[in-house]
Amino acid sequence: MSETEVMQQLNEIFRDLFELPELELTPGMSADDIDEWDSVNHVMLVVEIERQFKIKFHTAEVEEMKNVGDLVRLIVAKCEAK
Amino acid sequence: MMATTKLDRQFMKLFKDEWPGQLQTTPVRLAVLGSSTVDHLFPGIRIGALRRNLWVTIYKGDYGQYVQDIYDAGSALHAWQPNTILFAFDSRHLLGGYQVGEAAQATESRLNETTERIVHLWRAARDKLGCQVIQQTALPIYPRLFGENENRLASSPAALLDRLNERLRVLAEKEGVTLLAMDHWAAQDGLSSWHDPALWHRAKQEIHLAAMPMYGDIVGRVLAALQGKSRKCLVLDLDNTLWGGVIGDDGLDGIVLGQGHALGEAFCDFQRYAKDLARRGVILAVCSKNDEKNALLPFEQHQDMVLKREDIACFSASWGDKATAIRSIARQLNIGLDALVFADDNPFERNIVRRELPMVAVPELPEDPALFPAMIARAGFFESLALTAEDMMRTRQYEDNSKREAAREQATDMQSYLRSLEMTLHWSRFTQVDQARVVQLINKTNQFNLTTRRYSANEVANLLDDPAVVALQMRLADKFGDNGIIAIIIGYRTDEATIDIDTWLMSCRVLGRQVEQAALAILAAEARRMGARRLVGRYRPTEKNGMVAEHYPRLGFAPLPGGAGTDPQFVLDLDARCEVPNFIQITEN
Repeated sequence: MSETEVMQQLNEIFRDLFELPELELTPGMSADDIDEWDSVNHVMLVVEIERQFKIKFHTAEVEEMKNVGDLVRLIVAKCEAK
Repeated sequence: MMATTKLDRQFMKLFKDEWPGQLQTTPVRLAVLGSSTVDHLFPGIRIGALRRNLWVTIYKGDYGQYVQDIYDAGSALHAWQPNTILFAFDSRHLLGGYQVGEAAQATESRLNETTERIVHLWRAARDKLGCQVIQQTALPIYPRLFGENENRLASSPAALLDRLNERLRVLAEKEGVTLLAMDHWAAQDGLSSWHDPALWHRAKQEIHLAAMPMYGDIVGRVLAALQGKSRKCLVLDLDNTLWGGVIGDDGLDGIVLGQGHALGEAFCDFQRYAKDLARRGVILAVCSKNDEKNALLPFEQHQDMVLKREDIACFSASWGDKATAIRSIARQLNIGLDALVFADDNPFERNIVRRELPMVAVPELPEDPALFPAMIARAGFFESLALTAEDMMRTRQYEDNSKREAAREQATDMQSYLRSLEMTLHWSRFTQVDQARVVQLINKTNQFNLTTRRYSANEVANLLDDPAVVALQMRLADKFGDNGIIAIIIGYRTDEATIDIDTWLMSCRVLGRQVEQAALAILAAEARRMGARRLVGRYRPTEKNGMVAEHYPRLGFAPLPGGAGTDPQFVLDLDARCEVPNFIQITEN
């Protein structure tokens, strides 16, 4: 999967989870930019990403995710390693 | 997970904490008290309860504050006035401070302390707060230290948890506490479905967020059982649900049931599960599209039948639609429709019942009967908390009641259901390609068969090019899929104006959908095209085709006078218009 494809699917997950149908993700976005992206929703976000992309994040990786760009690169790498 | 979460959000937006007041159940004020994160489970609980018409408001204690909450009469929990308390302790909390290698005696007293502490909490919840108490058993999260013989290391946390759960079961029985058997679910689904150590470290969620809908459903069924709202009756279809094949067509020797055949054993196993349910108090009923005589035959004569006639409290076999039959079953048993579970292999029947009677539970049975028992068990329809003497007698009681009650039929809104099926009847003259199937149907169909005339493959082949013959095959498709060839009609031109219907047979699978009328319209059009002015049909009675005795009169044919001892004959004037049901589209292939 390319970064663009991952970004698209991720955008859908974000819109769905945070109920923001207009949301356009950019690589620089972080939890500070989206009010709904709190710690509770972050857990759900990670579980949903794991489920949809059929990947598993390393405990350390979840802590290191700083923004959407990090997340996309991580997902792409995980999908390639499958 | 996402679907449940979103549904719950909608629900909370619509109702907040206000009881809508229309539900026929007691609102539940549920306090979920845990030692780690539990609020991720709340959407699941609310939705799981709502599925059972239960309104649940949830109190969430502060992290690890449950002891104060319970014992301090001035606590927020006391002020909130719960009526049900769910203790959802995580295993790490329960076994806090364990020491591998400590003396057996020390382990024992550790276990005693833990259980005493829990029992005290139960009693306080019950006596001081007046609550129903639900206790979640400990999730077996600890990796093993010995392995297969873990129990020989008394101080191992895995062994300790097993023993703790055993004790909780004994104590819960004594104290009237309801259990939520998380250890069973972990054993059944695998621990990884229920617990992810990474999620624990990240969010202190012991129950996996992805398992939240299932967890909530389990809580919902226990809450419903506490209010006596579990389902009470399993309504079973017969053909291809309790045995393989169609009794009316395949006969006693033809149905698949019994030892020596994998599929036959699977059906036996399902019957055994139903019988076991009956023995512990679930009422069994039968709802089958069949002649009653045929439907009863295996119960009376097939030696591999596990279920006997006396296991069935209400036996309904007829050709009417199943929604109507199920209403009548509920009435005869004098229980609510919301107490019924309907098990049928046929998606058409499942869907009409779901549509007409949404309060009846209709599980989406897997295709393989080997999976029926586990599927029905997993859905938890018959969740029960205690066994009573009446339970053991119940089937018999209901059977008696049912005999006293007279059956009343009530028409269901068939027309709009049939319209929603989007049926198309594809027809053609007999074709070479489908010849094998046509021959099979002609020689196998016993029930919906007016004359039960059999044809060999050669005889069928000879019909193909005969200009004096109208030989039609019809295939029915609907929005659920293609039912294959379901009707065959063979007519001979006997004089200039007459087509004599030698064979008219249909698959029982499509009964009650007015396909007969559509088939007649096709036949009439073809006969007119050949220049005929009238159709003549006859009914040749056999042991199995009683259901079509009135076939021709129902379609508007007039009786033809005949000699005594001959088969009844009927005639239809082709100058008159044929009524075609407007919800079946007719297409020539």
